[in-house]
Amino acid sequence: MEDKKHGEEQLCTLEKRGNLFFLTLTGAGEHRLNPNLISSLRSALFRLQSDPSASSSSALITTAHGKFFSNGYDLDWAQSSEPRLQLMSSSLRSLVHDLICLPMPTIAAVTGHASAAGMMLALSHDYVVMRRDRGFLYMSEVDIGLVIPNWFMALMMSKIGDPRARREAVMRAAKLTAEDGVRIGVVDSAHDGAEATVAAAAELGEALVARKWDGHVYAGNRRVVLREVLEAVGYDETVTKVADKAGSKL
Amino acid sequence: MEDKKHGEEQLCTLEKRGNLFFLTLTGAGEHRLNPNLISSLRSALSRLQSDPSASSSSALITAAQGKFFSSGFDLDWAQSSEPRLQLMSSSLRSLVHDLICLPMPTIAAVTGHASAAGMMLALSHDYVVMRRDRGFLYMSEMDIGLVVTNWFMVLMRSKIGDPRARREAVMRAAKLTAEDGVRMGIVDSAHDGAEATVAAAVELGEALVARKWDGHVYGGNLRVVLREVLEAVGYDEAVEEVADKARSKL
Repeated sequence: MEDKKHGEEQLCTLEKRGNLFFLTLTGAGEHRLNPNLISSLRSALFRLQSDPSASSSSALITTAHGKFFSNGYDLDWAQSSEPRLQLMSSSLRSLVHDLICLPMPTIAAVTGHASAAGMMLALSHDYVVMRRDRGFLYMSEVDIGLVIPNWFMALMMSKIGDPRARREAVMRAAKLTAEDGVRIGVVDSAHDGAEATVAAAAELGEALVARKWDGHVYAGNRRVVLREVLEAVGYDETVTKVADKAGSKL
Repeated sequence: MEDKKHGEEQLCTLEKRGNLFFLTLTGAGEHRLNPNLISSLRSALSRLQSDPSASSSSALITAAQGKFFSSGFDLDWAQSSEPRLQLMSSSLRSLVHDLICLPMPTIAAVTGHASAAGMMLALSHDYVVMRRDRGFLYMSEMDIGLVVTNWFMVLMRSKIGDPRARREAVMRAAKLTAEDGVRMGIVDSAHDGAEATVAAAVELGEALVARKWDGHVYGGNLRVVLREVLEAVGYDEAVEEVADKARSKL
């Protein structure tokens, strides 16, 4: 099950192995979240839900090739154009909405750097397992001169309960290793190497599948648990400001 | 001070011992939260507040006989009838409102299983002490195909600060022992056996009474602390959905 447009490189793959769906961001690049990649991911999630076996107990594992899980928004592509920034923002928010409404447990197997919007992509999963020996979770915005949108904080608050941990991540722009993530509560387990990380995700996935939950009940409960996040992804108040700010530097 | 209707079994008792009121769910059954039991509990709380000695410093300890604290809503009684589900929901929400507004500290002495709405009853108390050797706190909804209602989550968020603990309870439907509860911050202390648990509740109750707080000031502060819970218990969006879902199975 591949997602490829004519003449374009394949941006992600979706495979089924037993009860587990594997969504992989392919290629050695930074997996910048531009509308193309997001669209591919959303298509894959749509195909997943159309898969007849997805109505029985399943789980999704999202992972990525190379040194990056995702380095965040594709600001180069957006070039501070307000329409492009708005499209990128609304695409990502729709993807996050899709993940939160997905009728099965979701696990992010983070085997590379996850920065800014890329970290939000990881946090949009029910569980995060991460590689211990390489890679950071990094809210880079303070370092690169950006203000995070409210929905990023709503998502972070739904996953990170300790205000000091949130301060470390956002207000100190800390580069968090997997061990930091475990300490903070944003990472469920840390593993040596990419293969061990994906294997841990598979093991967790199987344990969740073994509970034989109804996927739609699962999603229904997740929607209640993450109600504020679902509300918050409905808007992004920062998009026009970024375009204005960049414009002022010209 | 017993609450008994003519020809019906006694569902709960209210006793005063020194400064402490003891509200006991009586009998060996599951103490399913149907309108009868809830009505008995609310009557008891109403009598408690009319007690002249309640104007001085007091505390309430809620406990239950047998293997169950409470197994949750009485779904057998409701039989998926929308009016019955709505009555049961609004009755429980009123009881929770009563407990939050009670002009004295409240302690749940959990000596048996507390599931779903039964766990919410326990969490509606200021403190929870629990038996270590038997009994689970268990949000069973995921396992029995139900979606938790929003006010349940608001109550849980007001008591459980760690999102991963809430995930464990709701999204993994974990059967939590008292020790798990202490670890997660849901349970204040764990004790060996029912008697020791109640004794611990008494000790805590006496310590709180010794502070000589004005009960109405106490209740007023609790209402501020639990403001979102008070707002949330005003409605239950899930009730009609359960009836719809059950009807669709016919």
